[in-house]
Amino acid sequence: MLSAFDEMRAYGGTVRSGYKALDTWLRDIAPDVLEYRRREAELIFRRIGITFAVYGEAQAQERLIPFDVIPRILSGSEWRLLEKGLTQRVRALNAFIRDVYGAREILRAGVVSNDLIFRNPAFRPEMSGLRVPHDIYVHIAGIDVVRTDAETFYVLEDNVRTPSGVSYMLENREIMMRLFPELFSQHRVAPVENYPDELLATLQSVAPSVAARDPIAVLLTPGIYNSAYYEHTFLADKLGVELVEGRDLFVKDEVVYMRTTQGPRRVDVIYRRLDDDFLDPLTFRPDSALGVPGLFTAYQAGNVTLANAVGTGIADDKAVYSFMPEVIRFYTGEEPILKNVPTWRCREPEHLSYVLDRLDELVVKEVHGSGGYGMLIGPAATKIAVEQFRAKLKAAPDNFIAQPMLALSTCPTCVESGVAPRHVDLRPFVLSGRNRECVVPGGLTRVALKEGSVVVNSSQGGGTKDTWVLDG
Amino acid sequence: MLSRTADNLYWLSRYMERAEYLARILDSTQRLSKLPLAYAGTSNEWESALLSAGCATAFSQVHAEANETTVSDFLGFSTDNPSSIRSCLELARTNARAVRTALTMEMWDAINGTWLELKNFGNGVSSREEFSRFLRWVRESSLLYDGSAYRTMLRNDAYWFSRLGVYIERADNTARILDVKYHLLLPENEWVGGALDYFQWSAILRSVSALTAYHWVYRESLKPWLVADLLILREEMPRSLNSCYEAIVRNLDSIAGAYGRQGLAQRQARGIRTRLQNSRMDGIFQRGLHEFLGEFITENNRLGAAIAEQFLI
Repeated sequence: MLSAFDEMRAYGGTVRSGYKALDTWLRDIAPDVLEYRRREAELIFRRIGITFAVYGEAQAQERLIPFDVIPRILSGSEWRLLEKGLTQRVRALNAFIRDVYGAREILRAGVVSNDLIFRNPAFRPEMSGLRVPHDIYVHIAGIDVVRTDAETFYVLEDNVRTPSGVSYMLENREIMMRLFPELFSQHRVAPVENYPDELLATLQSVAPSVAARDPIAVLLTPGIYNSAYYEHTFLADKLGVELVEGRDLFVKDEVVYMRTTQGPRRVDVIYRRLDDDFLDPLTFRPDSALGVPGLFTAYQAGNVTLANAVGTGIADDKAVYSFMPEVIRFYTGEEPILKNVPTWRCREPEHLSYVLDRLDELVVKEVHGSGGYGMLIGPAATKIAVEQFRAKLKAAPDNFIAQPMLALSTCPTCVESGVAPRHVDLRPFVLSGRNRECVVPGGLTRVALKEGSVVVNSSQGGGTKDTWVLDG
Repeated sequence: MLSRTADNLYWLSRYMERAEYLARILDSTQRLSKLPLAYAGTSNEWESALLSAGCATAFSQVHAEANETTVSDFLGFSTDNPSSIRSCLELARTNARAVRTALTMEMWDAINGTWLELKNFGNGVSSREEFSRFLRWVRESSLLYDGSAYRTMLRNDAYWFSRLGVYIERADNTARILDVKYHLLLPENEWVGGALDYFQWSAILRSVSALTAYHWVYRESLKPWLVADLLILREEMPRSLNSCYEAIVRNLDSIAGAYGRQGLAQRQARGIRTRLQNSRMDGIFQRGLHEFLGEFITENNRLGAAIAEQFLI
């Protein structure tokens, strides 16, 4: 394996500045106390019901994401850099999506090819020429960031459809404050608890202009069988908005209403955690029982705001991702602050043959994949798995991209043998409303609990950590 | 609030109440069935338990004979029975998950904790001792839920709908258990049955946790017509039909007040309540206790339908 940068001890040397107090604390604390607290945290999580579902696992319908009690620490200056880079990136993403469904200048300028957009399954022709309220498409973005050394952050993925995980960011902090109050008195940790307020303000700021002064926002969930259902209930509760399912809403004369005990009530903003495909059986998948018939016509009429907008999936696409540095330059005129991982698009013959020659060195991903499913990690895969993947790749090269194996940074983590370094990533959440942008300091740190593993997805046995952004 | 939320809260409370009622029936049946035949009569108590639970038909499709093992399993643990204690607790939690935002943390904790502990009992229990422990645990869980709802919920429509579920279910349960045993409660039984029925009456009271209450209210030994009076008309008895309807009318009025309008549900509830207030036991016996109870159960169901129509869909 590659030698990794450890966020506490760099490459095995002295403890880095932000981690000094934590290092002392870790050395002083008895191992059984750590273990005891870990169990306590697990018990609290289970009682609160913070669970997620793994599709295809019938008996384990509700599982707990393992929580690691050792926090991950970012210094104030590291965070400021990240924040600037994230804001820049999301601005560019918004401009890109608006352009793709509007003037299409980026296509005319030849920065990205027509094929990449128009032959992309995430492209929604219905959105062409449609103006969304206040021209904002990506109200909530979850940008996955990894780190390879003290100075270098890479964006690994842009999640701009319905990114999840923010409830863990909030709950992890709550639990840490409950379990380790003494740690918080030794560190000045920037708070994250204002996220729901920021989110609500963001949603209300983008209400259609026809809405009343106090616009009504709701959170639309696919229902209790969705893997992120817990998060939906959690957020609705913190936002103080109704958690609705498709059947709670109906459309009349191009206006969306919810069914309440006092009769129909108009809805202005829908924070939807339901994919485009399922939103409206009359416009998208006709077999969807989760959506609201007529919702899209209300959207077209400008009577309701969907957050995020329909069709943002185009920017989730990993082939589009590979153009992000150019996209950022095109719309902002600035150099990208956060790096992009070099990416080979297997749709292009030269790229494909390069990738096929180095399958055992590269990470190959599906362009529309998520959750860590369907990917090949060349250096960690068996010969047979590599060959099987080669066949898959040759059969449909358009569906894949490849990237070099990054040496993801590690953080001290509780494991069976004590405390050991494990690979981590970070998903900060970026909010964009009318005249407002906000990145709550921190985000969701995911950790690959298996030694050497770099797959942090919860569906693949990853865990989470609280993420601290310190003063200074 | 969302109609679906109100519906879930209403049913959540019904399921918790039903689970507790089933536990009480099973407990009192177990006691009765252990008495020597000379005291308990010859009737099959396990069959009455099924009738009181309203599950006799469903049971006959799965089992041939009603005895301690088959009935305890069917009412306690069976997944074939949508009204078994286990099904009720699972349905309660499914409803709770769907409306988490309308529940207080304490309520969720009570329901989710119960559901997690339910797993400790697996698919059933191996001994009578364990079964008794199970039944006690069900009653405690229901009390915990009820207490946390009462102590922690905002007094708004969410609370009123959840209370409506409790009382509609409770009224149904009380009427059912009376109806199954109605022949024992007729006044002439004093001469016919004599001491034999004493334990039957006390079992009825026990199954609605009213044995001690009886003595405090009447300060007399058990008389069948007083048992009926306690469970039908006595307002101070929290499981009596009259008391349930006092609460139903009060909660429906609160909803009407908050929403600024009355509807069919309010009118129907008040009608039933007025009839109960104007009834006397001798009148009820004259018209026929069985008929009275049968009518009541139908009316109570109709009110449930009216509430659903007016608010929940």
